[in-house]
Amino acid sequence: MTQLKKRMVQLEVLRYDPEKDTEPHFQKYTVECNEEWVVLDALNAVKETIDPTLNFRWSCHMAVCGSCGMMVNGEPKLSCHAFLRSYEGVIRVEPLANFPIERDLVTVADDFLEKLKRVKPYLIPKEKKSIEQGEFKQTPAQLMKFRQFSMCINCMLCYAACPEYALQPKFIGPAAIALAHRYNQDSRDGGRDERQEVIATNEGVWECSFVGACSEVCPKAVDPAGALQQVKVASTIDWFKEHLLPGGAK
Amino acid sequence: MSRKPYIRQVSKTSWYLKQPRYMRYMSREVTCIFIGAFALLMVCAVERLSQGQAAFESFMATITGPWSFLGLFVILAFAVHNATNWFNVTPKAMPVQIGEEFLNGKYIVGAHYAIWIVASLVVLFFAGVM
Repeated sequence: MTQLKKRMVQLEVLRYDPEKDTEPHFQKYTVECNEEWVVLDALNAVKETIDPTLNFRWSCHMAVCGSCGMMVNGEPKLSCHAFLRSYEGVIRVEPLANFPIERDLVTVADDFLEKLKRVKPYLIPKEKKSIEQGEFKQTPAQLMKFRQFSMCINCMLCYAACPEYALQPKFIGPAAIALAHRYNQDSRDGGRDERQEVIATNEGVWECSFVGACSEVCPKAVDPAGALQQVKVASTIDWFKEHLLPGGAK
Repeated sequence: MSRKPYIRQVSKTSWYLKQPRYMRYMSREVTCIFIGAFALLMVCAVERLSQGQAAFESFMATITGPWSFLGLFVILAFAVHNATNWFNVTPKAMPVQIGEEFLNGKYIVGAHYAIWIVASLVVLFFAGVM
């Protein structure tokens, strides 16, 4: 049986204990890791063998649950998806940028969750149907129109990458707007007008200046930047229809 | 257990120095200053044109020296940077779906470059250069 290659990994982790600290500070750990491990494995090794007080969120370890987002060497990453072999020297691990730090690597996600709720990220059927009337059907082409946006796992990496959100925290932000767009694009949905009230506003898409960082860091290859620009185009067309067409047709 | 979340401050003046991608973004945004300057120059040109041929020709004489040429070249460089940046991201804003597939973005970008070249040739033709 082949022996797994071992490596001593140095981590520099931002620590914050709300009961003792007035501000966060870095703590260094050196831990033995397998070459195949990811940053999350290294953190778990630290917690199990060196420092049980280290706090961080994780769950699935397979880039599906979206819990383990962190800044790894300044870049928003899912720590279960950040392979140690991609890094040399000391690996700096910090909580996701642009969110308050609850404790160590755990951030406060309340703001994102509140915004997500506001955009109504669920199907609002155009017409009510009884179970006897059957399901809402959709063609593969209609599915493809929004499919990529439904891959979002709410990991908030896009918020950590977005300088607009950093500077204007009222910005609804990439993931929430991309998910609103996902439902707006769904042929079965009739809730666009309700969502437009939230996303076609100054704190919605018009706060976005298309930096594009959100799409660059997305671990699921969703394109939130694209979603936001598409909402801008559609909202602009709405405006022209409302103001230039006779009767202000929508 | 009491909660005391710590909020990290973001510098309003130097945030874009943190990441190369933010610098790229700012390099695109800063082009507006140069394009704005050129728009002002055009307004001046139109104003002088309205004052007659002599006024317009003296205006043209002031912007044909080596320093003017250098300034216009810098403006052109920034304008090209602005245009290519926006052309390259058009597939994100205007995806074209054909059946179950999306048209490859390079065709959308390519169409913009093609229109740009044709429009430039038309302008050069009417300007008497071609």
